Amino acid sequence: MSLDIVSLDIVQMVLVTVLTAATPLILAGIGELVVERSGVLNLGVEGMMVLGAAAGFAVATQTGSTGLGALGGAGAGLLLAALFGVLTVGLAANQVASGLALTILGLGLSGLVGAGYVGMKRDPAPHLHLPGLTDLPGIGRLLFGHDAFVYAALLLVVGVWWFLWRTRAGLILRAVGDDHTATHALGLKVRKVRFLAVLFGGACAGLAGAYLSLAYTPFWAPAMTAGRGWIALALVVFASWQPLRVAAGALLFGGATVLQLHAQAAGLGLPGQLLSALPYLATILALVLLSLGRRRGGSLAPAALGRVFAPSR
Amino acid sequence: MAAASAAPAPRGGPTPLFGAYGIVKRFGAFTANDGVDLEIRAGEIHALLGENGAGKSTLMKILYGLLEPTEGVVTHQGDIVRLANPEAARALGIGMVFQHFSLCENLTVAENIALVMPAALTGRALAERIARLGADYGLHLDPARPVWSLSAGERQRIEIVRCLLQNPKLVILDEPTSVLTPGEAEALFAVLERLRDEGRALLYISHRLDEVRRLCTRATILRGGRVVGTCDPRAESARSLAAMMVGTGVSEVRPKSVGGSRGERLVLDRLTLPAPGLHGTPLRDIALRVAGGEILGIAGIAGNGQAELFDALSGESRAPAAGAVRFDGRAAGHLGINARRRLGAAFVPEERNGHAAVPPMNLSENALLSRHATAPLTRFGLLRLGAARALARRVVDAFDVRGAGPDPAAGTLSGGNLQKFVVGREILAEPGILVINQPTWGVDAAAAARIRQAVLDLAGRGSAVVVISQDLDELFEIADSIAVLHAGALSRPVPTGATSRAALGLLMGGVGEPETQTGEPPAAPAIRTAAPVL
Repeated sequence: MSLDIVSLDIVQMVLVTVLTAATPLILAGIGELVVERSGVLNLGVEGMMVLGAAAGFAVATQTGSTGLGALGGAGAGLLLAALFGVLTVGLAANQVASGLALTILGLGLSGLVGAGYVGMKRDPAPHLHLPGLTDLPGIGRLLFGHDAFVYAALLLVVGVWWFLWRTRAGLILRAVGDDHTATHALGLKVRKVRFLAVLFGGACAGLAGAYLSLAYTPFWAPAMTAGRGWIALALVVFASWQPLRVAAGALLFGGATVLQLHAQAAGLGLPGQLLSALPYLATILALVLLSLGRRRGGSLAPAALGRVFAPSR
Repeated sequence: MAAASAAPAPRGGPTPLFGAYGIVKRFGAFTANDGVDLEIRAGEIHALLGENGAGKSTLMKILYGLLEPTEGVVTHQGDIVRLANPEAARALGIGMVFQHFSLCENLTVAENIALVMPAALTGRALAERIARLGADYGLHLDPARPVWSLSAGERQRIEIVRCLLQNPKLVILDEPTSVLTPGEAEALFAVLERLRDEGRALLYISHRLDEVRRLCTRATILRGGRVVGTCDPRAESARSLAAMMVGTGVSEVRPKSVGGSRGERLVLDRLTLPAPGLHGTPLRDIALRVAGGEILGIAGIAGNGQAELFDALSGESRAPAAGAVRFDGRAAGHLGINARRRLGAAFVPEERNGHAAVPPMNLSENALLSRHATAPLTRFGLLRLGAARALARRVVDAFDVRGAGPDPAAGTLSGGNLQKFVVGREILAEPGILVINQPTWGVDAAAAARIRQAVLDLAGRGSAVVVISQDLDELFEIADSIAVLHAGALSRPVPTGATSRAALGLLMGGVGEPETQTGEPPAAPAIRTAAPVL
């Protein structure tokens, strides 16, 4: 690919690709961020995401509606998360073990749900088209030419940021994640808050999976999430549990992915494996530097993260 | 929580503001409260007295809606009410100041307060209310500060302000002075007396009998989950109150037998250490000498370098020069904890849970953790669990540590019992040097007496003991001489008999030694280094 004619449209094309590659990470990462802010560590993101992909594709194919497919994907993620919530929040089971089991369960269930749909193709989710605006050269497609998933992901980032730092419910969620003993002593419903957060995270992960099978690559293939759930988990940690940083990290990751694909195609002479590792290295490096910059005396992570809570009553 | 049928007849007198009648609370086979009656009237400070494990906390939690009683009723102005949760209790005007503050460390002061406020009250309006109330009662707080950066006294102020913002009719205070300095405690008493004069009721839980006698007009005494008496604490002596709490007469500690003085055993020589972290206190030019058979008390307000001094003595932080810390004449400043233990020293840190003991581990495992350096508890790097269990058993027997089962997890013990275990574990090693930080913090009278006696007996056998404590009564009871730590600098030790509470209080506040004093003031200036300008 020749790089000597860098026109605005090529830049736009690259940016559009970056945004679409980042969208599933944003959706799943923001969901997990809310879960972890409430003090629960759900390692089952990959499982909920892949089940969302299978269920989303199945529902969309059966009903012929991408919208219902997206709802189906989110619902499947939510149901799987509900199981996790019953175990870890209700029965105080170990969160790490339950989360890992959830991933394995989700991979298995998705194979079952998607068995009849392997090899089928659908049209990708429709893209926004505003006459005039979308056709603007250079920025039209970047701003006004995406599918609903992309806009939903961006709204989710802003919405969760606003929820966590501008609403009372968000304050309670953060308090529960910081010290469940203290918040319980104040009479706040620790387990209810955590269960709802787990459900929200599951729905987000399911929606992220549905985006993959309905919009990003509109078909179903087993294990098609290809580790994106794990990357979303890592993003949350390296983003210091800040929604805007999760979005930035996801975009960086998407950007590095697109960049290394182009670099491999251009034949730079570097080993392909090294280039494939580039997005991971770049994202980790950037977010580590970001979190180093503002170290204070308090704890960056939700202090109760991963600790089970069983009230005495 | 709606009012229901008529309440049981109050026992004489006007209808109490709040009453609890026939309260029974069982946890499995264990009965924490067994038929407890309590009446609280408006405009009184009512004391709830009892040892650790007497059922005070359970009763408080029932009144605040955190626990529901197995049997019995709670009444409000004569009507039976159901306190299903703390929200219901708050709606009735019950507020609580927790002993172990229920604050989220990583949230700000205002956020912690907003957690229990009506949803409409947020942001600037809330900050204004906090400031107004603070100015009114002298409880100043910066709403934007995160809680982790605040001292214990400031944290308690948050709890009190949070409680008062709800305009409570009844304020429950659980051991409110246990983490406060004498000055902070005086300020708290002034607030409490004002609340009483405003017609509010206060339920005051404390181990400190002189406080109870000063503040309270009625006391209910619990022992083993039952009410064993009510009285007017002003008409009782601290001794008679303690006897009611414990059931038998509390023995005053016996003075230690004189003897076994073996010259200087512990020496700190011009020890200077930088602050360990952003919120730590640097140690400035600290010098002290403790002889065998001597107990040196170190008084001071929390956060003036106690933790840093303890760390420097125990080896958690090393001295810049090896000779700055000397045990029995040997330089130990560069040594770690275990090496210092092998020189015959032992250490009891302030925090029981997580520093002195690992809560989820058994007592025998906890015995191993500090004693493996000095006792034959391992062989070829393998644990000798039988020997560890035997050692734990010896500590349990010698110090009357009560817990469930033969080798319970440390975290399941009550505070007093765990503290007896931790102190006993170190004292049974017969250390030549013992450093102990806040030996009886939050411990009931009987356990505290036992611990103090053990420390005195150890010194009587010729050991040098350093006791860091915020409890001046304790220091006057057991220490031979007392020095004051202020802003990381240590005053010259003064014999206990030659100083007074007032003189120490001035030093603790950073004010120099007053020239005129009863007794025999030391000739030299009391403070080696001037109080630093912060």
